[in-house]
Amino acid sequence: MDGVVQLQRQLLDYTALLFQEGFLNDQFTQLQQLQDETNPDFVVEVVSLFFEDSERLLNELANTLDQQSIDFRKVDSHVHQLKGSSSSIGAQRVQNVCIAFRNFCDAQNTEGCLKCLQQVKNEYSLVKNKLETLFKLEQQILAAGGSIPM
Amino acid sequence: MPDEIGGFDLSPGHSEEEAHVLAVDDSLVDRKVIERLLKISSCKVTAVDSGRRALQFLGLDEEKNSAALDGLKVDLIITDYCMPGMTGYELLKKIKESSTFRETPVVIMSSENILTRIDRCLEEGAEDFIVKPVKLSDVKRLKDYMTREDRDGNEGRGINKRKLGEACDVSPSFSSSPPSISSSSSSWSAPSSPTSLDSPTRRLKTSTCD
Repeated sequence: MDGVVQLQRQLLDYTALLFQEGFLNDQFTQLQQLQDETNPDFVVEVVSLFFEDSERLLNELANTLDQQSIDFRKVDSHVHQLKGSSSSIGAQRVQNVCIAFRNFCDAQNTEGCLKCLQQVKNEYSLVKNKLETLFKLEQQILAAGGSIPM
Repeated sequence: MPDEIGGFDLSPGHSEEEAHVLAVDDSLVDRKVIERLLKISSCKVTAVDSGRRALQFLGLDEEKNSAALDGLKVDLIITDYCMPGMTGYELLKKIKESSTFRETPVVIMSSENILTRIDRCLEEGAEDFIVKPVKLSDVKRLKDYMTREDRDGNEGRGINKRKLGEACDVSPSFSSSPPSISSSSSSWSAPSSPTSLDSPTRRLKTSTCD
C-alpha cells in the first residue's frame, strides 16, 4: 500500500500549499467536514456548481462591460454573486478580487473594472485548475483502494 | 452564560420528528451548502430560490397552494437577504404579518456586515442574523431556536430582544451573548474577515439591494 501512502502524503501537502498560497481558506475545510460516507461527493458537487456559476457570471460580466454605456449596477450585481459563491466555497483569492472589483463599480471606473475582470478570470482559472488537480489526486487514492485523509 | 431560562433538557424520546427548515437563497451554491449543513444537523430541508417561492410554499401568496397547509410544519425559515425580486427583509415582513407563520423563527443570512441592515432585520422580528459564509457552528446554534421556541413560545424571543436592547452599540461584550448575532470569525463587532474590506458606508449608497 506504499503507493497509496505516497498519494495521501501528496494530497495533504498539495492541500496545505493551496491554503498557504491563499487559494483556499477555512470555508473549504468546512465543506470537507460536511462530506461523509452518506455524501461522499459533496465537495466535488458544490465546487462543480461553483464552476458553472462562475463561468456564467464571467460571461455576463464580459458582456456587460462591453456595452457602449456600462450599467455599473448590473456589473456590481454579477460581481456580488461571484463574491458570494467564491466565499461559500472558500476560494479566497477570487473573493478578494471581487471586493476590489465592487469598489471600482462603486466609483464607476471602467478601466478599473476591466482590469479586475481580467484579474478575476485569472484567479478563477488558477483555482479551478488547482481544485481539479486536488480532486484527481483524491480519485487516484480511491482507485488505489485508499481513503481520503482529512 | 447560556440561558438558564431555556433550561429544558431534551429527553431522548422528545423529538421523534425532525425539525423542518425552509431555506431561501437565490444562489445555487449557497442552497446546496445550507441544505447540507441543515441535513447534517438532523433537519428536514426545503430549499427554494426566491421569496416568492417561499411564500407559495407557506401558502402566503394569493394562490394558497401551500405544502404547509397540508400539515407539513415549518420550524424555522432561513433566508438570504440580497435576492432579486423580493429581498429577505421583505420576505421577513410578509412572514411576520401572517397569522399562520408570525411565530415561526426567521433567520437572515447576508454576505454583508452592515449594522443598519442587521438592526432593521432584528427590529422586524428576525431571530438572528448570520454573516456568510455559513458554517456548521452557525447552524448548530439555530437548533436552539427551534427547540426553545417549541417550549417557551414568545419568552425565548423576548430574551433575545432584551439583550439586544442592552447592547446594541458595537461592543465586545455583545458578541458574548450566545443567542444573538452570529459572532464566529465573522463577528460584526470586530471585523477581521474578508468582508470587512468592504466599506460599509459606501456599500449602503450603491448596494444593489437595500
